Amino acid sequence: MKRSGHRANLYPYALLSPAMLATVCIVLIPMLYTVSLSFMNHVLWRPQDMGFVGLANYARALQDEVFAISFRNTITWVAGVIGLQLILGFATALLLNRDFWWRGLARSLILIPWVTPSVITALMWRWMYDGNSGVINDILVRLGVIERYIPWLALSETSLPAVMIALMWQGFPFFAVMILAGLQAIPTDLYEVADVDGANIFQKFFRITLPMITPILFTTILLRTIWVANSLDIIFIMTGGGPGYASYTLPLFAYIRAYQGLDFGYASTIAVYLTLLLVTIVAVYVVRVLRSEDAMR
Amino acid sequence: MKRSSHAMRSLFLIHLPVLLIVLFAIGPYIWSLISSITPEGAIARGGVRYFPEEPTLENYRRLFARIHFADNIFDSMVVATLSMLFGLSVSVPASYSFSRFRFRGRRVLLLQFLVINMFPVVLLLIPLFVIMSRTGLMDTYFALVFAYATFTIPFSTWMMTSFFNAIPRELDEQAQIDGCTQLAAMMRVIVPIAMPGITATGIYIFITGWNEFVFASVLTGSRVTTIPIALQNMVGEFQIAWGLLTAGGVISAIPVIVLFFFVQKQLISGMTAGAVKG
Repeated sequence: MKRSGHRANLYPYALLSPAMLATVCIVLIPMLYTVSLSFMNHVLWRPQDMGFVGLANYARALQDEVFAISFRNTITWVAGVIGLQLILGFATALLLNRDFWWRGLARSLILIPWVTPSVITALMWRWMYDGNSGVINDILVRLGVIERYIPWLALSETSLPAVMIALMWQGFPFFAVMILAGLQAIPTDLYEVADVDGANIFQKFFRITLPMITPILFTTILLRTIWVANSLDIIFIMTGGGPGYASYTLPLFAYIRAYQGLDFGYASTIAVYLTLLLVTIVAVYVVRVLRSEDAMR
Repeated sequence: MKRSSHAMRSLFLIHLPVLLIVLFAIGPYIWSLISSITPEGAIARGGVRYFPEEPTLENYRRLFARIHFADNIFDSMVVATLSMLFGLSVSVPASYSFSRFRFRGRRVLLLQFLVINMFPVVLLLIPLFVIMSRTGLMDTYFALVFAYATFTIPFSTWMMTSFFNAIPRELDEQAQIDGCTQLAAMMRVIVPIAMPGITATGIYIFITGWNEFVFASVLTGSRVTTIPIALQNMVGEFQIAWGLLTAGGVISAIPVIVLFFFVQKQLISGMTAGAVKG
């Protein structure tokens, strides 16, 4: 009896051990390594200068104009992409919550962007934005919105917004699906009572729909903010950060410093700055999960 | 009279707006499909053609004949499959443990899996590069399998914990009364019931491995070249063969879209379950 009780105590840990071992080896220790690199001068092609430099990299970032541009772009990028995805996703969810005969088909088709590989998203949009044969230019000229073709990705005013629209395309289905799940969880008798009281469509939306889905909106925005802030593949493939530094964001800056500059020390510092920027958002999300998730009890 | 005005209303308030959104969602694919059957010469001349005069499958043929795209498909297949097997074999026991047992440190460990999933990829890029170079795993399948495990293990563990939670605990107890050991109860009773959820999670890992670009660009590239890297390599400095590129894009997107449709119900319910309650 005593023996089986002892086994029951260790059993859950035994089941967890492979996952824990993997996480410690390939996530936790590597992250600590990155943090330690951020205090070092570590440029692969200058081994003679390697060594501990304290906070020098952190100070360097604050003086670095590219870092400042990347920081500002990251804020624009996150606010813009999340705003666009939220608006389109919300509209989509409201429409898909109505009853019409091809709703199932529409819902499936709308999910396609979400499973599209980032590389393909980036290349398809790059091709559509093309300055000579881009279909977007053709449509806009036909509609009379623009007079002549614009090389959207090659102009510093338009390159970041153009990439943001591509990311809106890839991410709005996630918002739509989450908000739709929230809408379907609203008890229909709330609306029936409102009908009896003679509420109009706007009153129903602002008094019932919006308050009922506020929690799910908040959770989705937090999750997507973290994801969008970290994403770099689509920008990298569409513009490479250019023209100049016009579409640099912090993760892209870190990636380019590490991958093309082989400056591991400074790249690590940028990555740590990005993490610090996200920590509050992650913390808010974690508190929400702790309060709501049954699994945490 | 009333009926037709109702039909007009639903046309303008539902059908047309939904159609516009659907067109926005699949428009890029339609355009890629058109470009992929347009002869490269016609594309190079510039201008926009919605109906290519001489539609051709030449781009698809060249993709396999000259670019060795079949090798890239094979590499992606191996990486995605191994990632799925590794990810599942590690996270199925972990999520079963989180779902079925209450032990010291459980909340912290569970939370830890949630939090590490949110850290920037760039934070792991450099150390994984160093680890793979030192262990000689650079440019091998395993480099990517381990790199992808950094985000697939936490994600799948969370996802499957909620799937396991949906299975009544009485089933485990019943199995043990019937003489099964705890391990046998898990493997023979609970895992089969959770199979739809496990399959959905596995396919999600497969899709992620198939789609991933950032780690693949740093950790592989010559001996192992997955599809995303191959496509990116086709982007030359000056002249881009868009017919070829769109053909490659269409070919490599089809498998993930098809796979996704098989499991979309499971995946979406798994992802939204926690958030709806929140």
